Amino acid sequence: MTERKEVWITGIGILSSLGEGLDAHWDALNAKRINVDDKRFAPYIVHPLAPVSFDAQIPKKGDQRQMEAWQRIGTYAAGMALDSAGVKGNQEILSRMDMIVAAGGGERDLAVDTAILNADAHGNFSPGFLNERLMSELRPTLFLAQLSNLLAGNIAIVHGVRGTSRTFMGEEASSIDAARIALARIEAGQSDVALVGGAYNGERLDLLVLFEFGDFNLTGEFAPVWARENNSGFALGSAGAFLVLESREHAEARGAKPYAKLSKVVADLAQRRQPGAVTKSLETLWSKLDVDDDVGVVVTGATGAEPVTSEERAFLRQHQGLAVRATGTMFGHTVEAQFPLGVALAALSVSRGALFPPNDPTGLEVEKSDPPTQIVVMGTGHWQGEGMALVEAVK
Amino acid sequence: MATPRDKFGRPIVVVTGMGIVTSLGAGKTDNWAKLVAGESGIKTVTRFPIEGLRTTMAGTIDFIAVDPFTSTSLSERIAEIATDEALAQSGIGSKGDFPGPLFLAVAPVETEWPQRLELGRLIDKKDFDYYDMLRASGGGRFAPYHDRFMFGSVAKYLAENFGTKGSPISLSTACASGATAIQLGVEAIRRGEADAALCVATDGSVNPEAVVRFSLLSALSTQNDPPQGASKPFSKNRDGFVMAEGAGALVLESYEAATARGATILGVVAGCGELTDSFHRTRSSPDGKPIIGCMRKTLADAGMEPEQIDHINAHGTATPENDKMEYHTTSAVFGEQISKIPVSSNKSMVGHTISAAGAVEAVFSLLTLEHQRIPPTINYDVPDPTIHFDVVGNKARDARVTAVMSNSFGFGGQNASLILTREPA
Repeated sequence: MTERKEVWITGIGILSSLGEGLDAHWDALNAKRINVDDKRFAPYIVHPLAPVSFDAQIPKKGDQRQMEAWQRIGTYAAGMALDSAGVKGNQEILSRMDMIVAAGGGERDLAVDTAILNADAHGNFSPGFLNERLMSELRPTLFLAQLSNLLAGNIAIVHGVRGTSRTFMGEEASSIDAARIALARIEAGQSDVALVGGAYNGERLDLLVLFEFGDFNLTGEFAPVWARENNSGFALGSAGAFLVLESREHAEARGAKPYAKLSKVVADLAQRRQPGAVTKSLETLWSKLDVDDDVGVVVTGATGAEPVTSEERAFLRQHQGLAVRATGTMFGHTVEAQFPLGVALAALSVSRGALFPPNDPTGLEVEKSDPPTQIVVMGTGHWQGEGMALVEAVK
Repeated sequence: MATPRDKFGRPIVVVTGMGIVTSLGAGKTDNWAKLVAGESGIKTVTRFPIEGLRTTMAGTIDFIAVDPFTSTSLSERIAEIATDEALAQSGIGSKGDFPGPLFLAVAPVETEWPQRLELGRLIDKKDFDYYDMLRASGGGRFAPYHDRFMFGSVAKYLAENFGTKGSPISLSTACASGATAIQLGVEAIRRGEADAALCVATDGSVNPEAVVRFSLLSALSTQNDPPQGASKPFSKNRDGFVMAEGAGALVLESYEAATARGATILGVVAGCGELTDSFHRTRSSPDGKPIIGCMRKTLADAGMEPEQIDHINAHGTATPENDKMEYHTTSAVFGEQISKIPVSSNKSMVGHTISAAGAVEAVFSLLTLEHQRIPPTINYDVPDPTIHFDVVGNKARDARVTAVMSNSFGFGGQNASLILTREPA
């Protein structure tokens, strides 16, 4: 094997309930701002997308109309990441830029669904009824706004990212694996530059229903992630987070500056039927990162769902020296976007020479005054999959 | 002896096990016999009512039962059957302990109509809305539906059942997904991360809404009668693809690992390539450059010249647009030689297995190499006079085949190609 290449994070794009762009997020995190809506879906709570004009990154209205919200959020954040890396419109680089997007599926037409369900409940359901209603009422292009790989497709069309395009699915783990595979490919010389990320529209009734099947939704009064032991669950959040990753030599050749280095991404699938399996898996993953508990900072996408959040807490208690930040408190649970969001905030913190303050009444999150040089990003899926990334200052 | 490497110094990736399920049947033996006999697996849909649909036939898999039926459960079950077959042939690892990662191409997952209707019927209220649905969803009654309709659910099940290592990857690159799953496995072995990878692709999603969605995009054939005549790749009277279900599984290994354990080598994944088309959500760039570039990248990845390819397993969906574009791009890559390369589309018989197609067709390509016999493109009665492929029309053809290119193109600008060979180069 040839020696592994160093991989830099040279572009970051974030759009969330706290706003858009790095400065807005940095200010919001330092102000401990949280944006939740507990009325619209009451008793369920969501972190709604901050007001945004999509024209800034998706100039053609026709393109915007072809997308549903999750795709617009993702395409917007991807464009910000390309801007941030200084490669927007650089056709030479875009034509060979690899892309791995973590995606779920898109919005449904709830009016059509509800009408069909009501007709069925009233007994108006002949054998061909479903077919006829779907054939006559579904918007023909809605399918393209639902297909998982069409977020990547839209990023290709709008921004011209057209080396390769892969879409990983599978909730939280899909975005950990997206970062893991993109990193491995660049380290091994299979790729020079890649766009990686995910997007989520948390303001969807059909998704609240899906998570309610498993009783995962946070209801009633909002509480920070670590303060949900007696009222577990997550508040869905809307966010898009994308990163430009490239080999150090590729970045240096074009004079690009790094936010940070992405040193490692590791992931596994604990057998959760066994209590303690997640805690044990996190311990094993941690040992692969070669980090020191004394200097360590953890930015975690802990969801607040149980029992997994308690398993993660048990892991963190075994590493008392760590300064922990749970993005779920500020951003809600943004599922496929949570891990790239964590990596983005870690890289931002490293580049600004400071960690944002704790936002936690339980005392699990502690102040950290010295500049972080190593940050571990953790992602533990609400029902399966776990992983970590190591983000470090460039020497 | 030095480590067996390809001409670029990378580990050679070989196939040591294959499994397949299509509408023709389960297993390589049955599928191959029917495929070379020119049999079609397409029939009129009986799984659900067809009233009101423009397209009423598909390549459904009705001989495997899952209860309760969901497309995701069928995808999972046929993936499991194909994987069992591939592992048995490969003899790798031990039961429940596969020594490498899982790459799974799977159709996007969502809550399906029977389950949505079940929820709706519980609501004791006239003219209810989705908030009423939400309030009725919790309490554990539907807990299995959460697990069933997570995107990662099929991969989780397969990973736990077969004991694959690490975090299993579920992926979608639309109609190229199966090829992408294989490509991810090849890359992992070439990086030296793994000695083996399990690459599986599955699609069991012939359900009313899926049919309607493709129908509304005018992508499906409406030549319903007779159903087995509907899929007409490269014919002048082709009018769309036929949806179908299927699964393909391949055990990939480094040549070194495979030979060290004395495994039978079924073929080599000599090259893979992909190139994105940023032109349109469903249409290819009119100049065909991304598809041409995809095939050229694949040849370059294999370190091969076009004249070394002696069979093309075409994407060949039988949509008017695809087949025309596929001919123009392929002929641009292969030049005048294209008229001498036998081309065939398995989709004429098994339909378009969508997320599974890349892997299903890779398995058929490897069987073509093994048997030195090219399956036909059936329903080839009125050749499109503008497509000058040497189509293996209607009857299988014996031929010397050493290297097959298998192409997959999908919505969202997805293009992926594979080159499969009998022996290491």
